[in-house]
Amino acid sequence: MKVKVLCRNPDDYVRETTKDVQRVPRNYDPSLHPFEVPREYTRALNATKLERVFAKPFVASLDGHRDGVNCMAKHPSSLSTLLSGSCDGEVKVWNLPTRKCVRTLQAHEGFVRGMCVRFCGASFFTVGDDRTIKQWKMDTPGYGEEEELLNTILGKTVLTGIDHHQKESLFATCGQQVDIWDEQRSSPIRTFTWGVDSFSCVRFNPVETELLASCASDRSIVLYDMREANPLKKVIMSLRSNTLCWNPMEAYYFTCSNEDYNLYTFDMRRLDTPVTVHKDHVSAVLDLDYSPTGREFVSASFDKTIRIFPKNMGHSREVYHTKRMQHVICVRWSLDSRYIMAGSDEMNIRLWKANASEKLGVLTPREKAAQNYSQKLKSKFQHHPQIRRIAHHRHLPKGVYLQKKELQVMTAARRRKERNVKKHSKPGSIPTVAEKEKNIVAVVK
Amino acid sequence: MPRNRFTAPLLHVGSCVNIMAKSKVKHAVGAPKPSSTSVKKNQLSYDDDEDELFEDDTVISASEDEGGSDDERKHRKLLEAISSLDGKKRRKLAERSEASLQVSEFTVSAEGAGEKIRLSDLLGRMDQVPSAVSKTKKQLKHLQNRKDTVELPLSRQQSEKIQREAAYDKATKTVSQWQPVVEQNKRAEQLIFPLNQEPSGPKRVEQVVVGWKAQTPLEQEIFRLLHKNMQPVHDPVLTPLEEASLKAMSLEEAKIRRAELQKARALQSYYEAKARRERKIKSKKYHKVLKKAKRKEFLREFEEMRESNPAAALEELKKMELARMQERMSLKHQNSGKWAKSKAIMAKYDTEARKAMQQQLEMNKELTQKLVVPSEEEEEQEEVEVEVLPDFVNEAQSVTDPANPWMTGRLTQEPSEPGDNGEEPMMGDKSQLGGVPEEEEETLDDDEVLLRQFDEKRKLRQSEKEGLVPSLLLLDTDTLKEKEELVVDSSEDENEEDVSEFNSLFLKVVKDRCQAPVAETTKVEPKGTEKEEAALLEEGPTRVVTLEDMDGLLSQEASGEDSETANQTVPPPPAVRSSGTTSQQGQKSKKNKRRKVIDCNNVLTKEARALEVPLLPTVIDEEENDVDQKLIIKEAFAGDDVVSDFLKEKRQQEEAAKPKVVDLTLPGWGEWGGVGLKPSRNKRRRFRVKVAPPPPRQDEKLPTVIMSEKRDSSVAAHQVSQLPFPFENPKQFERSICTPIGNTWNTPRTVQKFTAPKVISQVGAVIEPISREDSLGGRTQSATGKAPDIQLPTGGAKGKGPHKERKLGRLNHSQPSKAKRTKAQAQ
Repeated sequence: MKVKVLCRNPDDYVRETTKDVQRVPRNYDPSLHPFEVPREYTRALNATKLERVFAKPFVASLDGHRDGVNCMAKHPSSLSTLLSGSCDGEVKVWNLPTRKCVRTLQAHEGFVRGMCVRFCGASFFTVGDDRTIKQWKMDTPGYGEEEELLNTILGKTVLTGIDHHQKESLFATCGQQVDIWDEQRSSPIRTFTWGVDSFSCVRFNPVETELLASCASDRSIVLYDMREANPLKKVIMSLRSNTLCWNPMEAYYFTCSNEDYNLYTFDMRRLDTPVTVHKDHVSAVLDLDYSPTGREFVSASFDKTIRIFPKNMGHSREVYHTKRMQHVICVRWSLDSRYIMAGSDEMNIRLWKANASEKLGVLTPREKAAQNYSQKLKSKFQHHPQIRRIAHHRHLPKGVYLQKKELQVMTAARRRKERNVKKHSKPGSIPTVAEKEKNIVAVVK
Repeated sequence: MPRNRFTAPLLHVGSCVNIMAKSKVKHAVGAPKPSSTSVKKNQLSYDDDEDELFEDDTVISASEDEGGSDDERKHRKLLEAISSLDGKKRRKLAERSEASLQVSEFTVSAEGAGEKIRLSDLLGRMDQVPSAVSKTKKQLKHLQNRKDTVELPLSRQQSEKIQREAAYDKATKTVSQWQPVVEQNKRAEQLIFPLNQEPSGPKRVEQVVVGWKAQTPLEQEIFRLLHKNMQPVHDPVLTPLEEASLKAMSLEEAKIRRAELQKARALQSYYEAKARRERKIKSKKYHKVLKKAKRKEFLREFEEMRESNPAAALEELKKMELARMQERMSLKHQNSGKWAKSKAIMAKYDTEARKAMQQQLEMNKELTQKLVVPSEEEEEQEEVEVEVLPDFVNEAQSVTDPANPWMTGRLTQEPSEPGDNGEEPMMGDKSQLGGVPEEEEETLDDDEVLLRQFDEKRKLRQSEKEGLVPSLLLLDTDTLKEKEELVVDSSEDENEEDVSEFNSLFLKVVKDRCQAPVAETTKVEPKGTEKEEAALLEEGPTRVVTLEDMDGLLSQEASGEDSETANQTVPPPPAVRSSGTTSQQGQKSKKNKRRKVIDCNNVLTKEARALEVPLLPTVIDEEENDVDQKLIIKEAFAGDDVVSDFLKEKRQQEEAAKPKVVDLTLPGWGEWGGVGLKPSRNKRRRFRVKVAPPPPRQDEKLPTVIMSEKRDSSVAAHQVSQLPFPFENPKQFERSICTPIGNTWNTPRTVQKFTAPKVISQVGAVIEPISREDSLGGRTQSATGKAPDIQLPTGGAKGKGPHKERKLGRLNHSQPSKAKRTKAQAQ
């Protein structure tokens, strides 16, 4: 007679070492695991709540400046180095992991208006109110050595911004005109003017490295090709743009921060209509910087907040503020796309996480898997009202909150008026202007 | 071009900018005013503009040079005069000649500065250009005579604008090259930053080997030898000889052969399995029948063989003869053994024993049968007739009732009723022909029937496993009623849907039969009465009749499978066939009845329409107005009955809104679970939740309105109200929501795939801006020079295993860039 017994192979259930994860045999028969959608919904809800619970974006504050931080620069190869220039002409080099200032320079008299690091990371340039361009060594001088300047160029006029070429030893400054300099020369190799008396910002395109763009005080944004004698094109907006930044992954997109509380993303091939208008700030936007992945950018505003916008979304996904952070003048996104540095009026530089609820440090594979899963769940159920409500809720300072409400009322009123005017005038006599195009005055060829 | 222009002026910034500007203007403006050039074109037969200019210059200067080197000043003046006439084209050339010592104004080469210019060279030049002087003179004259004014150059603003536009267009064009890359990244399933990383970890041999070249002399020598002798370089497993031998057998042949082998193996295993299965069947009867069937088959084959292959047939015959002789010699199957005797004693009382004996005798009969020669048939018959059963056995047989189908071994064959007209003549024929052959035929038929029975039984077993209850076929009408009650109970049960469905169908049939019109009552009545009398003789036929009848009905009612099985199980008996017309009538009447039910509905709706629909009065008006119109409309909309459709729909909605019994039983909790096991009845009852009836519908009292009650405000707060952006229809969105992604429902691999993040950025890695070299091409392999020494077959280079996956997973960047690269190469 044959006797049948249950056969158990220890290999199937005994782990090899105690560090192994217990093997759990699973039956994926869907009838054994009912209610998949409600269960996943609940998980998504919990994940969203937990995300809000763990949203602690503030990492550190770097204090040491004795005046408002006016400009900042990232080191192109060292993630731990940050340079900042203040309104009293002091430049500080910071070590981010230790959160300490490693070097202080009295670079200029008056404001340090702009600074940039050479592409190799060996030296950096500063421009100041004292009409000079100064080149400094990145390395700290040894003990007892004098702080030494590599190079000083005396400009004829006040310079307000500087940016370095991505690969060549060229840099661009702006002031009354946009100049292209060779590092070896004391006079600019190219000068661009187009009937504007002052520029506030000039930026090289990091991808198509010969292209530049600048913001001018006549409310225009001007494009240049370094190889050409003349500028390329300019677009005039209703209010002045303060800064602009090119998308590092998409050559033809750039975003500018405007005085009219909005940011505008342009396709440089079609300047007459911005691709996206990013609204959420309640005061002038002073600075912005793209994430190195090119998918998001951060903006600093006079309304004492920092906002993070996805590159193609009209509204921000995140807003950072603290009680003590005053008008944020400059902001940078770190080159590993994980941190945001914001320099503000009240002499501090603050370090934020780019993802508020991200866990810092090394993640175990299981943690990573869990994180991925919850991330996916959140995005899967993001349209469900309860989840969206929790995910989108942000606490705002009272001033900002009230201002936002007020702005809403104002825009509604404006829209209503527009509608009424249209309604009470001859059909076709009042043209419909798209919301995006409202703030574009003209494109000058 | 722009690069050159840019790098050169770095040295002389100011002047160069001017030059550039001017040259620009020349290019931009030059097109619209071809007047001056066209003039010259008439004189000189050169096509190219630049060449023409150059030649022009040389002509003039050469003529001037003849005068002597002292009047250089004059020469310059003349040049200036000419160039001022012509516009800005001249000056550029003059300056260009100044820039380099190597290029002379004259076509004479000035390579060695110390080299003397011989007169003959110059003269030779003059010879080449005949009447150069006169030509120049003419030219000058012409220029002096010209009256028309030169157009004003464009204003600075305008020219700058044109320049700007041209430059902008160019920049736009270069920037637009990024469009595909941007699109690609937008659509990419996953982006890993920093882009274009070298994959870490071990590389494939192909990757390593592709760029490798023999460098040392030793290596070079080795490779030379290898190449010379046609030795394999990268795959040392097979030498050319071996490859040739491999080629000898073509791939297709090998494939066919392999397929054949596979098929043979499969067949073998199949037969083995079958044999094993058959061997395991314990039923003696089955084996007996099988053996008989085999024999029969063998005989049939033998018959065939006799015609086709007489020699082999003879052989077979001999064998058979031998077997027959052996059988005749032995006392086996003669009912003379101990066992047979004991059986014989019991035979009077035990039908089993009797049967066994009979079978023994049959066996004997068969074995000793002489069958081949038709002329011997009579003898054979006689022989068979000699061997009759012992008397008492025969007696016993006569005692048994003929109606019992089990005794005759025929289940389906109906015992002939004397009144039946269909069977009688046939039976008569058979009886006339003689008992024995008929009996033989019967036995043969028996075999078939038995085999069929086995088949049926197996099928029944299978269907039982599937949850159907064909055992109903064997039930009495009494038990049917019990079943009916059972079914009423179990009809609530939703788990046993199919069963209940079957049962309900069955019940319907029974009910129909009960209600059936006069035609069937004749059938039913005797059934009832005779049952009460409990007469054995009658019971058989009635039972079978009911079953058959039922089967027949079922076969019409139920779906294809059921009907098939039913047909297979019991072929309709002649008795039923005789009464077939009546039963058919019954069915027809039943169908009619159904029709009638629907008709009633229709009638009702039509009546309701007259009362309820507010639209109707208008229709009536129209009717009054124009009868033809109404007729036309009626004709046009003959098919659709809107009102009844509406009512039907409403009824459906009401039905759908009714709460259903919720079954919360989880299989395997508290008891064994698995395939084919169902949770116990008790448990199912416990976990079946009956929902309270809903509040009355809002449209209950409104006959012409359907109010959907699907929307639940408390639930709506949690539901998505608008279709989110990337989705095109609600179904798509629902599907995306309904697919679970967690590891509770998916295997780890799937979960990993589902939850892969869209963007991965490495910790602590600097993400550089995307660069032209990596994404749009620039680095080309062909640029490295000669081909590597080890060349891999292209087929093998297509990755295998994890590397390929990795490559695919790692951002689809590499592919567009490659494509771009090839494009760049082509350009």
